Amino acid sequence: MAITAPSGGRPWTFYALAAIFVAYVIFLYGPMLCIYVLSFQGPEGALSFPMRGLSLHWFDELWTGGDTGDLAGAIGRSLVLAVLVMVLTVVLSFAAGMAFRADFPGSSWLFYLIIASLVVPGYVLGIGIGLMFQLLGWQTDWYSSALGAQLSWTLPFGLLIMFAVFGRFSRSYEEASRDLGAGPLQTLRLVVVPMLLPGIIAVALFGFTLSYDEFARTLQSVGSDNTVPIEIWSMTQNVTSPSIYALGTVTTALSFVVIGVALGSIALIQRRRQGATPL
Amino acid sequence: MNALSAAPKPGIAPAIGTVELAGIAKRYPNGTLAVNGIDLRIEGGTYCCLLGPSGCGKTTLLRMIAGHENPTDGEIRIDGMNVVGQSPRGRGTAMMFQSYALFPHLTVRDNVAFSLRVRGVARDARIAEADRVIEQVQLGALAERLPGQLSGGQQQRVALARAIITKPRVLLLDEPLSALDEFLRLQMRAELKDMQKSLGITFIHVTHTQLEAVAVADQVVVMAHGSVRQSADARGIYAEPHSAYVARFMGGQNVLVGRVEAFAAGTLTLSGAGGRTFLLRVRENEAKAGDTVTFAVRRDHILLMRAAMDGVAPPNCVTGSIRAIEYQGTFVKVTLAAGAATGGEFVAYLEEGGYFKTPFMVGETVACSWSADDAQVVAAD
Repeated sequence: MAITAPSGGRPWTFYALAAIFVAYVIFLYGPMLCIYVLSFQGPEGALSFPMRGLSLHWFDELWTGGDTGDLAGAIGRSLVLAVLVMVLTVVLSFAAGMAFRADFPGSSWLFYLIIASLVVPGYVLGIGIGLMFQLLGWQTDWYSSALGAQLSWTLPFGLLIMFAVFGRFSRSYEEASRDLGAGPLQTLRLVVVPMLLPGIIAVALFGFTLSYDEFARTLQSVGSDNTVPIEIWSMTQNVTSPSIYALGTVTTALSFVVIGVALGSIALIQRRRQGATPL
Repeated sequence: MNALSAAPKPGIAPAIGTVELAGIAKRYPNGTLAVNGIDLRIEGGTYCCLLGPSGCGKTTLLRMIAGHENPTDGEIRIDGMNVVGQSPRGRGTAMMFQSYALFPHLTVRDNVAFSLRVRGVARDARIAEADRVIEQVQLGALAERLPGQLSGGQQQRVALARAIITKPRVLLLDEPLSALDEFLRLQMRAELKDMQKSLGITFIHVTHTQLEAVAVADQVVVMAHGSVRQSADARGIYAEPHSAYVARFMGGQNVLVGRVEAFAAGTLTLSGAGGRTFLLRVRENEAKAGDTVTFAVRRDHILLMRAAMDGVAPPNCVTGSIRAIEYQGTFVKVTLAAGAATGGEFVAYLEEGGYFKTPFMVGETVACSWSADDAQVVAAD
């Protein structure tokens, strides 16, 4: 029954768990790799293997081709929308996180109310927003109804992260700042925000990627001009060329750039206060 | 204004930072009474320790003096002015927080210069001033470091520098030594005392460690359950406790009870459990025959002998079996399991050299005796 091998080698459980892990990695990254590889198909290539040559033809097609719709426009809209969502999520969830530190009457009910929108199925919520706009006689658009739909998803997330961030933030820093004569705004600017910056960047990153990736809530509330996920979805309905793979590669690369910039700035902040107590 | 109008004694500058508390009470919204009507005067330029077990209200009291909490009732006067409702800077206090609360994203210099920065002092001026104070706490070489790169003792000095750069009249220290190891604690408490002397301002230091309070304080304030049990100089608290609580809490005394039998020639005769007789010297006697009197006996003034099992017990003598013997370096602590009159336990601190000439064993039955001059009446709890 001994789990450890007698000669000091690895126990059999190591190999069993390693096999599960390898299977997991293949399942996770295999399909994505297929798409990235296939996006470099030659001009005669099809939607599946084998590769017929190697080219950037389908990336070119993405920007110039007539049948791929308004992709550049969709990327532009998605980026602007993601930045809007990011800024609003950071500002509002930071402010809400500050507010929830005080145990005001009804705070737990308000919290449940906010969290409830994470539980409501996103697609249904999107339909609801579309219906409500129709009822009020307003035009659904990516910068109005879709913005609201996405915030219903990112704000509760941002607030939950802010809870974790503030949970580890001792009030004595603010008291020390006040003790030294700082006003509330000075304390916020010189102490609270700089100290919580890694957490705030994490919320920003979440807000950006959740928005950039959002499909369920956006589908019924985006109006006439599509965001990238909606554009990809509609392309799968009528495009049958490897352009769709090229699109997947481009959007993934863009996400990696955003994540890289965010993680890089967090690492930079941490290095500037190396050895400091974790926030 | 009183402090200003009173004519100072010639040659002595009027002390600054006199703190007076009048009927200070703090009740939390949930009904807990953390501080229960405290009246206290702390002279300017003294080192005062608020001493008590956790939950006794000492930190709440300190935070109210600091202006981080408001009293429900009462006045806090600093140099004669009621400061309730004023900002910490407005009242001339500065606080050193328990965990120091140094800003982790700012260098030592920027931490120390923080109060000047928020007041709008120009960069060059505030750096010069910060460097001067950093030099004062002997951290000159570390001005560019971040707090996370400093040891506990160095962090404490930064916290001290950051507080004193505001030129406070009263410095409030919330358990300043609790985060340090024993060796540093002894070193830093001496430095705090030196700093207090050289600045000439009032220090109010919260601690739950008796020896720390006794070592540094000019005035020790023993607290329990939100009120002050005794306020006196260190020797007064340790050697002349007014109540059984203070005697037990300071740890230098055994607390016993007896019933009054007689009073004659300044000596009170008490009878205790098990047929014991106790003699007490008292200046004035308020107790009547039959009253129960609580008294304290100094632990370091006890004579320990192997008990004689026969005959009548002499006065001022407690017998019992030794439960524990602890070597303490300069003395030996012997704990007896004694009768109910002593609360079940009786402790003697024996001089180390003498003890080892005739050492005792755990389990031995011994007799502890003391002179009537080494016992004093205290208030019962």
